[in-house]
Amino acid sequence: MNPKTVPEKADRTIQFKNVTYSINGTEHHNIVNEIGFSVASGETLLLLGRSGSGKTTLLKLMNRLLVPTTGQVLVHGRPTTEWDPIRLRRGIGYVIQDAGLFPHFTVAQNVALVPSLEKWDSARTNARVHELLTLVGLDPAEFVSRRPHELSGGQRQRVGVARALAADPAILLMDEPFGALDPVTRAELQREFSALARRLGKTIVFVTHDLREALLLASRIILLEGGRIVAAATPQEFLRIDHPEVRAFAASLAPLGGAPA
Amino acid sequence: MNAWRFFLEHRAEILGATANHLTLVVIAMAFAIAIAVPLGMLIVHRKTLRNIALGMASVFQTIPSLALFGFLIPIPFIGGIGRRTAIVALVLYALLPILRNTYVGLTGVDPAVLEAAEGMGMTQSQILWRVRLPLARAVILAGIRTATIITIGVATIAAAIGAGGLGTFIFRGVAMVSDAVILAGAIPAALLAIAADLLLGWLERRLKIA
Repeated sequence: MNPKTVPEKADRTIQFKNVTYSINGTEHHNIVNEIGFSVASGETLLLLGRSGSGKTTLLKLMNRLLVPTTGQVLVHGRPTTEWDPIRLRRGIGYVIQDAGLFPHFTVAQNVALVPSLEKWDSARTNARVHELLTLVGLDPAEFVSRRPHELSGGQRQRVGVARALAADPAILLMDEPFGALDPVTRAELQREFSALARRLGKTIVFVTHDLREALLLASRIILLEGGRIVAAATPQEFLRIDHPEVRAFAASLAPLGGAPA
Repeated sequence: MNAWRFFLEHRAEILGATANHLTLVVIAMAFAIAIAVPLGMLIVHRKTLRNIALGMASVFQTIPSLALFGFLIPIPFIGGIGRRTAIVALVLYALLPILRNTYVGLTGVDPAVLEAAEGMGMTQSQILWRVRLPLARAVILAGIRTATIITIGVATIAAAIGAGGLGTFIFRGVAMVSDAVILAGAIPAALLAIAADLLLGWLERRLKIA
């Protein structure tokens, strides 16, 4: 990939150095191939690609749910392999598509997961839970004692975001968090999250297959195809890139039979 | 002989045998749970131990129950005639349903929940105790329920090695060719099984998380 797309001055919160990840360590099963890029502090990086392009794998390499076969992933300047995985992950918020809320926990207990692991006292935890539920647009009085099965899909994702933010991590990883929602709720959450992300100033890496979502949320987009980076640009420049995969994604924006919007 | 009259005349003896039967079952189940549930937790991440444990529990289950009681008699310390041997056999017999349900319950947790738990920085033991175990409770209890019902039935055979219980009437009735005497053992055993099924089924529904 072109090294000029790496922001030179900004500090690098996450850095991929020539990373290959393959199942069973065999070259024929490479999920991602010789990947290099950096995520600057405070930016919202969108990893865009079709299913199987390797975007989720990149995300899991960042919080060490996966370890590179070759190369290195650096978080705050340290390779993930040298981090205590538990410490690393508690400093990184993680939101996944199905939210993955604990069905036996109340909303408050779900949000308070990391604070409880970190043994915060209950006054501080409660205050934080209320603050976060308000932040994600859920009335604490109404929601603290509900269980996940009593929530709508959109509400579950809001709780998922609140849980990820609980211990105020510097980094937020999001794996198609709005992918399973109905289009109206999805658009609503995207708009709100876009405002929230700007206000929080966190380093966010967001995986999606939806170009519209990428253009809305990103400060920078990286496009993946077959486990390789094929394009990287700001949302303003992205659609002007001359690459077949970019054109294929651009075509997905067009109304049926029409020209790209 | 009229079954009802036999029941009335021997009600104290039948009640005593029922209590004895229930004691055998409760003691055996307590041991089986104490062995199978922790073992089920242990084999979640250990493949070799899992194959050995599930394999052995399956073998115990395939041995005909009367033969299992017989096999145990000559074994030192745990064998011999009487209650202790019967309890050992009942425990071996009850292991499989509990072990298998514990394993299935612990590993059947929604992968999204496990991924979130791991991604948020929970250790494997925190995931086991705080996520897998509470979510598996109803499935584990279903295994305990199955095992309890099996044990109540199998415990009637314990009378064959002198451990008492409701089987005493059944064996005596068979020898005497008396339906009334057989029923004096069989009906309370069946009622015990139904009661255990209802009670544990109710508990299971209460533990289920919607």
